[in-house]
Amino acid sequence: MENEKHHIVPSYMTHIMVLLGLILLTVITVLITSVELGAYNTAAAMLIASLKGAVVLLYFMHLKFDHKIYWIMVSLVIAIFTAVIVVTFFDYLYR
Amino acid sequence: METVTHTHPADAHRDDTASKIGMWLFIFTEILLFGGLFIVYSVYRYMNPVAFHLAHEELSITMGFINTIILLVSSATVAISISAMQKNDRRTTMLMLVATLILAAVFLVNKYFEWGGKFEHGLYPGSDLMKSLSNGDMLFFSLYFFMTGLHGVHIIIGMVLLAITLAKVRSGRVNGGSYALLENSGLYWHLVDLIWIFLFPLFYLIH
Repeated sequence: MENEKHHIVPSYMTHIMVLLGLILLTVITVLITSVELGAYNTAAAMLIASLKGAVVLLYFMHLKFDHKIYWIMVSLVIAIFTAVIVVTFFDYLYR
Repeated sequence: METVTHTHPADAHRDDTASKIGMWLFIFTEILLFGGLFIVYSVYRYMNPVAFHLAHEELSITMGFINTIILLVSSATVAISISAMQKNDRRTTMLMLVATLILAAVFLVNKYFEWGGKFEHGLYPGSDLMKSLSNGDMLFFSLYFFMTGLHGVHIIIGMVLLAITLAKVRSGRVNGGSYALLENSGLYWHLVDLIWIFLFPLFYLIH
């Protein structure tokens, strides 16, 4: 199979910008959850966490730069996991 | 693609793509392990909202925030070390790996003080205080110790992996032409960061 090395090498600057973005998102989560928003608190915190997770997967874990097969595999696993969460959620909400 | 660009006799059967797919498959099992725990946590939180709300106030947001930043920076240093290796810059690679190891150690020290504070108040799995707590409180703290503890174990494993990688970069066995180990250890370290990204809001922030 292909052993020749990847075509795109993310620059140091890319990583530093991504890091600053992640720190900014962390600060935003802390600020948002310090305000009383009721149920939206959890929703906002989880939404931002998912966004941060996506950034880590795409940039730090190279899904954006690597062969597409990794991206497809990760998407499938996340889809399965989301399905399990949704099913569990409905189970507890309507029992 | 018949051409193999790096012709080391010992590497005749080397397959970096397959090695990375193997690492990802392992990471999926880890995601499902922690994912299952996240679901357990969410369900118990849904069933004991008041207890979870009060118990979560025992945790220091500042401490959690500092540790989040430490892990994010350490993830960036690992990412930079991989970019450096791809540019054949061995010195930066090693420097960044050392930085990552130091940050990981700082994370564990913080965790030590955080847990230590709880222990001093008699709050640890199986303690008398823990047994006297209400069901909801007990669930919150048991899950807290179990999930952050399991995450801590992953930090230690990640440190071992990165230390081995560092030694191999130093000896030249991991180099600009062959660095699958560095990439795979890096993936593992990012996973540890990824898990913490969800642990932090779940335990420290939402109420």
